[in-house]
Amino acid sequence: MKPAPFAYLRPATLEEALAALAGEQGAKVLAGGQSLVPLLNMRLAAPSMLIDINALPDLGHVRVAEDGVRVGALARHAEVLGSAEAEQAQPLLAMALRHVAHPTIRNRGTTVGSIVHADAAAEVPMVLRLLEGSVDVASVRGRRTIPAAELFAGPLESTLAHDEIAVEAFFPALAPGAGVAFQEIARRHGDYALVGVAAHVETDGEAVTRARVGFVSVSDVPVVVDVTDAVQDPAGDPAATALAELDPAEDIHATAAYRTHLVKVLAPRVLAAATDHARSRAGEAIHP
Amino acid sequence: MTTEQLHDVRLHVNGSVHEVQVPARRLLSDALRHDCGLTGTHVGCEHGVCGACTVLVDGTPMRSCLMLAVSAVDAEITTVEGLTEDDGTAQGRLSPVQQAFSDCHGLQCGFCTPGFLTTITAGLRETPDPTEDEAREMIAGNLCRCTGYQNIVKSVLRASEIVAERERGEA
Repeated sequence: MKPAPFAYLRPATLEEALAALAGEQGAKVLAGGQSLVPLLNMRLAAPSMLIDINALPDLGHVRVAEDGVRVGALARHAEVLGSAEAEQAQPLLAMALRHVAHPTIRNRGTTVGSIVHADAAAEVPMVLRLLEGSVDVASVRGRRTIPAAELFAGPLESTLAHDEIAVEAFFPALAPGAGVAFQEIARRHGDYALVGVAAHVETDGEAVTRARVGFVSVSDVPVVVDVTDAVQDPAGDPAATALAELDPAEDIHATAAYRTHLVKVLAPRVLAAATDHARSRAGEAIHP
Repeated sequence: MTTEQLHDVRLHVNGSVHEVQVPARRLLSDALRHDCGLTGTHVGCEHGVCGACTVLVDGTPMRSCLMLAVSAVDAEITTVEGLTEDDGTAQGRLSPVQQAFSDCHGLQCGFCTPGFLTTITAGLRETPDPTEDEAREMIAGNLCRCTGYQNIVKSVLRASEIVAERERGEA
């Protein structure tokens, strides 16, 4: 197998990369390539030009500040996962990244690349949505920040314009009194999830003030559902609330009925775990 | 028909420099085999699933079928041919992981073996004394159709012992 021919550029500066991208309608950006190169090998994609950003300076950072974690376009999943500071600031990052493919793929694949690849079966796009993060993009026209809620247009389709490169993703820190959890069911660890579910729960003492759940591999875009009302109501059914917003799909890996079943099993489990996590963190804050 | 543009690429493989001329679409796996003549790296699924083509890029295991040769210019690449240790003889001696595969019958047809050897070599640097579960996790990204993995898991554990033995100067 080999890709169809393409022109290749390995620019040394971001400006050079952006100018080349703006000037070539059929160009694609190559970072880790762990999703793009399989598409090329199987000739599902045939860009006229690849702009390899691996030689660009200053994009490999995993920077942790009080407000959250900033991940540069060339930071590999393994580097984000390896940052104890990032895990401390936003534990959901590490919880989810452990499920991204196999370690060998995580050594090359980039976290920002996974986001803009916008695969609904991938963990990171959903996590960014659940955490209400954002992506900074650059083009010859300037820079802008796209909130995660406005980032995913459709299956494998982000709202980046053709001439834009995602340079950094921002994952907000986990607030005091908030908790997160992530679980997925895959046939083998490292495979794409049949269904993956993450929860973000905010608490005030014993009360849950806000609860949201995100889903991987259920609909054709990453979906996040607010289930606060269902969680606060003793007779509420958060999974049913979520399923009203979801469109479980059938493919060779699972039937729609099985995915629906997994949503019903995983959503309450993950919500309970996130609530426990929130309360344990509140306890830590009182008794450090 | 226009001729495809070729790129001059300098690959650093197993301590040697290979100057090759390749089209941009040449995968690193194919460049190693066809242009460098290093056929130890095997090409299985060619879309990152099977792990047979795994090489070490600056010491870190990566899929050579998911990298372009033109994109590997700044890296030091280690293939299965580069694992053998220099002991003063022309042949060298088997690395701990290679020796363990031999000792434990960790291969049958051998097609997947180069990817296992590179993956485990790097894995043992990170986890020098793995449990059986950690050994399974270490090789979870590599497929083998012959062995049923039991002897590969044993090989990981044995390799960890051999590394320790050699460090103590026992072997």
